[in-house]
Amino acid sequence: MQKDPHSEIFTIGIGGAAGDGVMEAGNSLGTLLRDLGYEVYLSTSYPSLIRGGHNFARLSFSKTKVWNDHSNLDVLIALNGETVKLHENELSETAVIFADSFEPADVEKFGERAVFVPMAYSVTKLSLPPITRNSVALGALCYLLDLPLQTMKKNLEIVFKDKKPEANIKLAEIGFDHLKDKKFRHDKKIVPGTPHGEFVDGNTAFAKGLQTAGLDLYFAYPMTPSSTILHYLASKQKKDGLRVIQPENEISVINMALGAIYAGKRCAVGSATGGFALMQEAFSFAGMAELPLAVAVSQRQAPATGVPTHSSQSDLRFAIHAGHGEFPRIVMAPGDPEECFRAGELSLNLAWKFQIPVIVLLDKILSEHTMTSELDYGSVSIDRGKVAGGTNENYGRYEIKDDGVSPLAFPGAENTTVKVTSYEHDEKGFTTEKAEEVEKMIEKRFAKIKHIEENMKGRETIKVSGDPKSENVIVFFGSTKGAVLEASNFFDTPAKLVQIIWVEPFPVEKVIKEIGGAAKIICVEGNHNAQLANLIREKTGIEVTDKILKYDSLPFDPEDLSEQINQIFNF
Amino acid sequence: MEKNLQTTTKITWCPGCTNSQILVAFRQAVGELIEGGKLKQENLVAFAGIGCHGKISDYINVNTFTSLHGRLISAMTGAKCANPKLTIVGFSGDGDSYDEGLEHLVHAAKRNSDVNLFVHDNRLFALTTGQFDAVSPKGFKGKSTPFGSIEEPLNPLLLMISAGATFVARTYAGDIEGTKKIMQAAIAHKGFSYVDIIQPCITFFDSRDYFKDAIYWIKDPFPTDDQRRAIEKVTEKIGGKIPLGIFYNVQKPTFEEELWK
Ligand SMILES: Cc1ncc(C[n+]2csc(CCOP(=O)(O)OP(=O)(O)O)c2C)c(N)n1
Repeated sequence: MQKDPHSEIFTIGIGGAAGDGVMEAGNSLGTLLRDLGYEVYLSTSYPSLIRGGHNFARLSFSKTKVWNDHSNLDVLIALNGETVKLHENELSETAVIFADSFEPADVEKFGERAVFVPMAYSVTKLSLPPITRNSVALGALCYLLDLPLQTMKKNLEIVFKDKKPEANIKLAEIGFDHLKDKKFRHDKKIVPGTPHGEFVDGNTAFAKGLQTAGLDLYFAYPMTPSSTILHYLASKQKKDGLRVIQPENEISVINMALGAIYAGKRCAVGSATGGFALMQEAFSFAGMAELPLAVAVSQRQAPATGVPTHSSQSDLRFAIHAGHGEFPRIVMAPGDPEECFRAGELSLNLAWKFQIPVIVLLDKILSEHTMTSELDYGSVSIDRGKVAGGTNENYGRYEIKDDGVSPLAFPGAENTTVKVTSYEHDEKGFTTEKAEEVEKMIEKRFAKIKHIEENMKGRETIKVSGDPKSENVIVFFGSTKGAVLEASNFFDTPAKLVQIIWVEPFPVEKVIKEIGGAAKIICVEGNHNAQLANLIREKTGIEVTDKILKYDSLPFDPEDLSEQINQIFNF
Repeated sequence: MEKNLQTTTKITWCPGCTNSQILVAFRQAVGELIEGGKLKQENLVAFAGIGCHGKISDYINVNTFTSLHGRLISAMTGAKCANPKLTIVGFSGDGDSYDEGLEHLVHAAKRNSDVNLFVHDNRLFALTTGQFDAVSPKGFKGKSTPFGSIEEPLNPLLLMISAGATFVARTYAGDIEGTKKIMQAAIAHKGFSYVDIIQPCITFFDSRDYFKDAIYWIKDPFPTDDQRRAIEKVTEKIGGKIPLGIFYNVQKPTFEEELWK
């Protein structure tokens, strides 16, 4: 019952040198298509270079949800010659290529499908910067997709609102008219739905979640793939009093945040896993001092500097076990921008509710890929946790309470002394080395776990989709969700899809309920050691029957993945 | 007033430790400011590093934040950003701020964060029982350098002036009155105030006799707005004498002012 993806999905590749504006073109196109009512997924790949390397944006759209882009291209927009060579194997049989020029051999090979589009020529003629070239291709694409340019002008104005709308629309018109004059074919039209949600990447959605939950200060030192959280929030400064600070290194990032939290502000920090590695001691301090801290950790291919702009899911264990010593923490691994938004909101709210550090585990794919999403702003309220009222000369920052959560006071409160320390301490925050006090404080902090586990019962700690009755189960976490859900369109027999969102504390009962007793369980993850499969075994005693592991730093391809899954289930 | 700043925690510094002199100077300094209505006790926050110096947070009855080793300065800036009304002082050690956390010291000076840092400078790691550090003299024989350290010491005051600190001073723990005044001047200064407090370790590197002879207070009027003179003064090598006093004191916009503009 294999579906033909190209009857419902249309895929466009845009390639060029770094600096050619490939990512911007992808974003403009995605925004345009979203505004027209399509479900869009945009992936970007680029090397760790500013100029010269090959950049590629790939966008799939459809009327129904697109969970992942496809590798089979219907259109290739080549902003340089290299792009044709690199991607010709990905072209579908009828795909067209838009380029400024073609090598004679390519003209022979592709015939009519090699379409000259006067991109460079038009920008030179109009004395516009070369980066605007892709607008000509965008216009040509509108013609091909039979999107009437006149009615689209308004959309184009929105898309280009920050970048010279008139010039870009003019260029789009040139591209559109060029194909029209040639009487070029229209491709089969995909009927749009109603425009909804927004076209957003995981990092931005996460940042919006933080903002909605009352973020005061964000601290970060740039590191791909976490940097766009920093860039987005920096651009939103001064709104609602938000401030963003880039300190001298990640150690300073987290220690500054802890100082600011102590003084009463809602703070978050973000980094890639390498930067988070530098934060370990202070992360443990947040646990010891019960300072509510939200942390975004975006995985990239490691170890060490690794492959900076490629993805990985190899830091699941690192995140769960972050920091020396034992203390409660929450680790959430969202799988799409909507879940990133939710995790952003929850990271601040739950950090303050329980006075613990909370990690949101992202990865390059989730952080940087963009899709049509509904961010649920309306559902968010701000939880400030347990706040000490009035003045209290006997205030003890670590006063023992049944639920392990002591009332919070901040320096500046009259007649109240707030003592916080990285040493083990008594209820007032004075250093202690007394064995019974040490034990009592460890137990005080872990008293929170019961309440966290109670709280998580009502949350989407796992998500089940596909065929809930199937004996065949696929489990996964993080961005692999997109690939698995998209792949499920091509399964020979439907399977139950179980996404694990909370990885610490682990939703033991829910997972047992959903995967216990399955005939086959395939765990799909982007690492070498099957960290999720091992975690499931550790927490539930359930051994998965099969694993699909990918550790070449590239995203899963949904069609390849479906083939692998079909093979296992058909065996 | 001073009594109000005390805690009942047992002091565990060595008997006769010069850190106690800094503790007394600080209680007097802020006690007077609070009494004189210049400072509200609840707005005072003392940060501490990790080392013998850091124990001070248990001995003062004010808001305290005992950070990780070397990281107090970042936390101080964070707190000042969060609430610019707070008066932030930090007690650090030479190991704490000249070794482990040197980058934060340099950057706090560079960004002119409006916080006050007092470095208990005993020219070695004391809490870890006596190893050489960034300011130990060359040839220093400690547990990790039994044949004498092979490195030249850092001049932290020179470093602070060049990094952009707007208040640079040195005092001697044994001179409680002098230290108190310098602390008050530092707190009164808007911007990054850095005070190196010579604090001989009586257990691992007792240099009290040496310093008693070597130190002298610079004479007023010293032009504290002249960077070149300040550099000359903190690099001066005349007869092995060590000048104390405020070498540099200028006004610049602070990091927190700029942030909240
Ligand atoms: C990350 C880290 N490294 C090492 C230590 C061990 N340690 C504790 S105090 C200290 C040096 C203290 O020297 P200094 O700052 O000069 O303080 P003093 O004890 O001399 O007052 C060291 C190395 C630590 N606590 N944390």
